[in-house]
Amino acid sequence: MTPPSQSFGRRSLERYFRLAPVTVPLYAILIASLVGAVFIIGAGSNPLTAYAALFDGALGSPDRIATTIGRATPFIIGALAVVLGFKAGLFNIGAEGQLLLGALAAAWVGTWSWLAGLPAVLAVPVVLLAGTLGGLVWGGIPGVLKAKTGAHEVITTIMLNSIAAAFASYLITSRDPILLIDQAASTPHTRLVADSARLPALVTGTGLHLGIVLALALCVATYLFLKRTTPGFEIRTVGANKDAALYAGMPVQRTIIVVMAASGALAGIAGAAEVIGGSSGYLTPGAFTNIGFDSIAIALLARGNPLAVVPAALLWGALLSGAPLMQVEADLSVNLVRIVQALIILFVAADAIVRKLFRIRAPRGAVDGGPATFSRGWAG
Amino acid sequence: MTDMNEIAPSNHARPRAAVLELEGITKRFPGVTANADVDLTLHEGEILCLLGENGAGKSTLMNVVFGLYRPDEGVVRVRGEAVSFGSSADAIRHGIGMVHQHFQLVPVMTVAENVVLGKEERRGPFLDIEAARRNVRRLSQKYGLDVDPDAVVGELSVGAQQRVELVKALYRDAEILILDEPTAVLTPQEVVEFFGVVRSLVDSGKSVIFITHKLREVLAVADTVVIMRSGRVVSSTVVEGATEQGLAREMVGRDVGFEIEKAPVSPGAAVLEVEDLHVADDRGHLTVAGFDLVVRAGEIVGIAGVEGNGQRELVEALAGMRTPQSGTVRICGTETTHSSPRDVENLGVGHVPEDRGKHGLVGVYSITDNLVLNRYHSRRFSRRWLMNRAVMRKHAQRLVAEFDIRTPSTEVDAATLSGGNQQKIVMARELSGDIRLLLVAQPTRGLDVGSIEFIHRQIVDRRDAGVAVLLVSAELDEVLTLSDRVGVLYRGTLAAVMDRGDADRDTVGLLMAGGATG
Repeated sequence: MTPPSQSFGRRSLERYFRLAPVTVPLYAILIASLVGAVFIIGAGSNPLTAYAALFDGALGSPDRIATTIGRATPFIIGALAVVLGFKAGLFNIGAEGQLLLGALAAAWVGTWSWLAGLPAVLAVPVVLLAGTLGGLVWGGIPGVLKAKTGAHEVITTIMLNSIAAAFASYLITSRDPILLIDQAASTPHTRLVADSARLPALVTGTGLHLGIVLALALCVATYLFLKRTTPGFEIRTVGANKDAALYAGMPVQRTIIVVMAASGALAGIAGAAEVIGGSSGYLTPGAFTNIGFDSIAIALLARGNPLAVVPAALLWGALLSGAPLMQVEADLSVNLVRIVQALIILFVAADAIVRKLFRIRAPRGAVDGGPATFSRGWAG
Repeated sequence: MTDMNEIAPSNHARPRAAVLELEGITKRFPGVTANADVDLTLHEGEILCLLGENGAGKSTLMNVVFGLYRPDEGVVRVRGEAVSFGSSADAIRHGIGMVHQHFQLVPVMTVAENVVLGKEERRGPFLDIEAARRNVRRLSQKYGLDVDPDAVVGELSVGAQQRVELVKALYRDAEILILDEPTAVLTPQEVVEFFGVVRSLVDSGKSVIFITHKLREVLAVADTVVIMRSGRVVSSTVVEGATEQGLAREMVGRDVGFEIEKAPVSPGAAVLEVEDLHVADDRGHLTVAGFDLVVRAGEIVGIAGVEGNGQRELVEALAGMRTPQSGTVRICGTETTHSSPRDVENLGVGHVPEDRGKHGLVGVYSITDNLVLNRYHSRRFSRRWLMNRAVMRKHAQRLVAEFDIRTPSTEVDAATLSGGNQQKIVMARELSGDIRLLLVAQPTRGLDVGSIEFIHRQIVDRRDAGVAVLLVSAELDEVLTLSDRVGVLYRGTLAAVMDRGDADRDTVGLLMAGGATG
């Protein structure tokens, strides 16, 4: 019934993410596929045909695999941004807006004429830095608001997402005054970034660019930073037990600001890398919609582990890149993939269902079968 | 409404009917047997003390009786009828009431609203608050429980809140009352008053199980005493003729030293100087209001007082965790009134916080990480930003051995350890190293006798080594055992500071209740 609860106050993210770290997501994916099959049957198709086509579309040839990895690249960095927030007990819903600000900054700075004269090894970092700064500012604002006024980051980041979307649309489409728009183009988009500022493609025509290397490096760097450095220790302590962090003399408020800004910066890099690594080299209105929100889902699937975001994002990319073939071969809407994705997250979040079905025991110290807590209370 | 029979004449003639019988109760949790073959009989009109250390299985047993746990084996009989409770609602229907250690009251509601909550009287679709108030008044008069039905619970004293809990149980027609550590939050005088209430309850036919680990209370109030150790009943006798020593031996399983050996006090220079300190709590109320104190090297100054008289805010202010409204704090001559916790720590201050789960430890961190929680940045454990894990682990292994922390390894999560071992982690971290001042708040709350002895010994050893110690504890016995000087905190000011020799239990108790200095 009601076992005596541990005296550790609120269940923390840290504890949540330690429960059966691998088994629960794997089983969640399995159950989600099975439930998805029911939907496929309901839509009048054969689930085996559909899933085979999905698999074929995602991984059926070297080019398709490259496309899948390319699709996953912004998700890896975006999810890493969300994970970093999780570690400090912050729920950064604002990756969407921060990513867009990073993309805008890159699309703007990338057109600066003096960049064209620089070698790529200098020009690319400059543009990426611009994207970083764009995201950093957009993530830093909710950080400062939270630290100084206690405004909850979920509320403020949601609002900043809307502002970012409207701001981006204005910057990209405005013809009077002319801001970022390419006047020569028939449909509105920003001017092309300089060739020297483009991230080279790894497999031409697939959308896989050098950004993947950056993404993987950032994951490893974040992992080591959190595990091995004193600021990483501070971040994890603030996330696991804010009161203990205060007691231990850690700069709690500063950590909140820094982590929100750093989380925004990572999301900004994700946006910038897509602008200069994508096939177009410019930004269109409505581009990158949902990448930030999907990144939250991927971060949850990865259970807050900076390394686990890589396989989680690859799964996400595979589902998206395989969907068109499934649509053709099984005569299903691509939105079916969205249903499966949603189901995966549902079963990961409601992990009590998975644990009950597969009899995975909660570890000692965890409250049995209680609902998962991803972030601190509204008052925090 | 049931019409209760008139107050029965007090009569202690035996034999009386058994109202509650437990036979062979066994309750297992993964890895532990919390109750093993426990028998217990409670008679009508009896006060039964359930005595035992933390973790002895008292609470588990009572949760079985109250329907919160199902026993794996054994029978529970209420008035001779075997019962099987699926929830506490079943237990309440059978006339069992429980007053938990942490009150289950809604602070913003009135006493009457709290009492009827969940069992409301209605008039049509509406709550009949008039009937509720009448009931509260009737019950409080009948049992001598002084409560005002219209008072807002959050504004009542702890003692009054406890009476509300009793009225709540009585309103549900409880015949058997289980009181879980009811005196932990009361002053010595309130305890005496409370015992009077309990007496009047049994005189009117109620039966009471009283959970405690305080031997003095057993001798003062109980008719019979059941002693539990490691999930078993080791003794079940009438209280008449029992002694504290004897009870303690049964409870712990060996002889217990009540006194602690200390070298004669030889205070040195002033280490902690506090002048006219004012500190507000989280809601902005001034809970420390004009506090003055000097603690010298090599002495233990104990601050007694009922919880909630500003202890928490005082210690947090001294440790740099809370900014005082006014006044000054000096540590080793340096003003620290507005210093951060880290600045205070760097002056050589160890701080054992009152709430180890909230402040003292990160439950999901390993013992190693917890042992460097506030020193990870020191030159010893990290170079610039890089933490040296090997040194940290070695440090942890040394302290685990030195402080006798019982654990399979230094890498297990602190949350998986017992309370005593968790506290030893905090003590090990705060007492090791070069400290000059030790701030200790409620160091032995919830610990077993063995751990308490160990922790007291550690505190005294530091004092003998010349550390200035400020001890804040709600356990009067602890303050009297350890201190060289005793102060009493009452409503945020120091009611008195006296030498240990002048501090007898009655004087201190009176001061804790707000009585004038003698």
